[in-house]
Amino acid sequence: MNEALDLFFTASLWAAVLRIATPLIFGMLGELICERAGVVNLGIEGIMTFGALAAWLSVFHGATLWQGMAIAAASGACFGLLHALLTVPMAQSQHVTGLGITLLATSLASYIYRLAVPAKSTPPTIAPFTPVDLPFLNAPFLQATAPTYLALGLVVVLAYVLWRTPLGLAIRMVGEHPQGAQAQGISVFSLRTGCVVVGSAIMALGGAFLTLAAFNSFVINMVQGRGWMALALVVFGAWRPGLALLGALLYAWFDAYQLRLQHVFPGVPYQVFLMAPYVLSIAVLIPMSKRATGPQALMMPFVKGER
Amino acid sequence: MRLERRTSTPASLVLLNIALVLGLMAATGSVLIAQAGAPVGASWLALLNGAFGSKLAITETLTRATPLIFTGLACAIAFRSRLWNIGAEGQLYAGALAVAALGSGVIQAPGYVLIPIVMLAAALAGAAMLMGPALLKRYMNVDDVVTTLLLNFIMALFVSIMVQGPMRDPMSMGWPQTLPVLDEATLDKLITQSRLHTGLLLALALSVVLALMESRSVFGLQRRAVGLNPEAARFAGIPATRVLLWTTMISGGLAGIAGAVEVMGMRGYVTGDLSPGFGYTGVIVAMLAQLHPLGVPVAAVLVASVFVGADAMSRMFNVPSFIADVMVSLSLLSMLAGSFFLSYRIRR
Repeated sequence: MNEALDLFFTASLWAAVLRIATPLIFGMLGELICERAGVVNLGIEGIMTFGALAAWLSVFHGATLWQGMAIAAASGACFGLLHALLTVPMAQSQHVTGLGITLLATSLASYIYRLAVPAKSTPPTIAPFTPVDLPFLNAPFLQATAPTYLALGLVVVLAYVLWRTPLGLAIRMVGEHPQGAQAQGISVFSLRTGCVVVGSAIMALGGAFLTLAAFNSFVINMVQGRGWMALALVVFGAWRPGLALLGALLYAWFDAYQLRLQHVFPGVPYQVFLMAPYVLSIAVLIPMSKRATGPQALMMPFVKGER
Repeated sequence: MRLERRTSTPASLVLLNIALVLGLMAATGSVLIAQAGAPVGASWLALLNGAFGSKLAITETLTRATPLIFTGLACAIAFRSRLWNIGAEGQLYAGALAVAALGSGVIQAPGYVLIPIVMLAAALAGAAMLMGPALLKRYMNVDDVVTTLLLNFIMALFVSIMVQGPMRDPMSMGWPQTLPVLDEATLDKLITQSRLHTGLLLALALSVVLALMESRSVFGLQRRAVGLNPEAARFAGIPATRVLLWTTMISGGLAGIAGAVEVMGMRGYVTGDLSPGFGYTGVIVAMLAQLHPLGVPVAAVLVASVFVGADAMSRMFNVPSFIADVMVSLSLLSMLAGSFFLSYRIRR
């Protein structure tokens, strides 16, 4: 038991927390933008998978790491545009469209990967992001790489934009009361579409982090439900970037801790520890959901002139 | 430019829609095949042959469609009253484990007793798994999409524990799989020397029963009312909670039976890779069927033929079989786009 306690204070645990949290932060931010504008994006799991592939493939073929990130974001934006087209002007079910996007993006990523890398060969690797030296410290802080700082920076930017700018007010308004926003002269269609496109691009960065920083190769099904967890984190954070960031860190800490607990308790099936994050996600939703007041027009398609 | 709801949809437009969906599938499929460096025409021929070309191919397609009919019905029934059950994959495994637990020697009985018992147990296991999310949605306002999705991952890990630990077949030479079910609990083959089993008949019968339930029974009417407007239904005196609970039982039960027939008719035992995503594909099947129970078998056979055909194609030419998932998900998205043009018209 002492061993379990000691683990608490090691720097490697906290380094793992940041590494595990980063894709969740990207995913959670992307989903949060979409949902604040009133669109649930269940394409998140697939968009992250495709982002992971797009980033890895482009770096593998000679692009720089940041170009890889940009290509991943662009691919995410494309899928976001598809989701937005079907759910915003065409007013189709956001759930079903999102699941369709996830299946399309995941299978397309697997197909392209299979064409690039034949089955049964070991996944080729790339040189991933290395930890950055911080100024004054002249050493990396908790092995954090540049995309992690980008993710943390985006949390601040998004919180500022959503609550301190007219654009943020307009975004929240189309998510709460699109008819009212339309009456104010705000274009509900273009704002919702824009939010879904930008949000999906950010989600894809979460996938790109997996292949370009956390690992150095692409594996089919490598996202493994991180997208769905990001979805749960948005609810956990009551649609607020700061609170959701706290959730992501808490969750990542738990995940990092369970990885280490596996070595402390070899008698318990390892799957029990792998289950823990999913169980935790559901468990934290229960107390949060009862009081959570999400965007009122979430999942409600808006058709001009219809009520 | 503005949108206007159509009062009626001309049949020609519906046909045009179907033609466009098929056309898009053919076009994207061709591009993907060409990218893989395979001959396009010959590959399509291989796909069609693999799905419908021989008696064996047809039975394989129908065998693949059988679990999809069950999961498709599970999703259709749930979606019609706005219960977002995306957890059919996990419920399928719950049913499969229940069959492996009860059907492999714990209960000794002749087939006509044993088969109904284990099927019922599978249905209850699937229903129990959906009951949690349904109750959380009703009483705690927890989003059912997230809970049902996450439960799939929890169930996959639980299956992994079970097949490696407590339920592992000691005679399996180290393979992680459960004890095989007894011969009495095995479903008969419909056609000798094929894998097609009587599960298909059960699936078709349930489609008809559910279609009748939806259109002819009081419960069906109540379900439709709850699906259209839960608030209004409650005001009209419809016991919305009771309707939700029964919907949960039926939807989860159907997904559980999907796992049961897959074990009792096909595999004989449970492994971690029993289902190649039948639960998720069920969502697509349900949507392609426009959530109509009688449309589900048709959509399931269509989707199954793409998967079986693509497998055959990838064996002949070096085209990754993921092409099937791409085409099926594209057909869903293009159908969604189509249904917009079927229900609205654009006016200048």
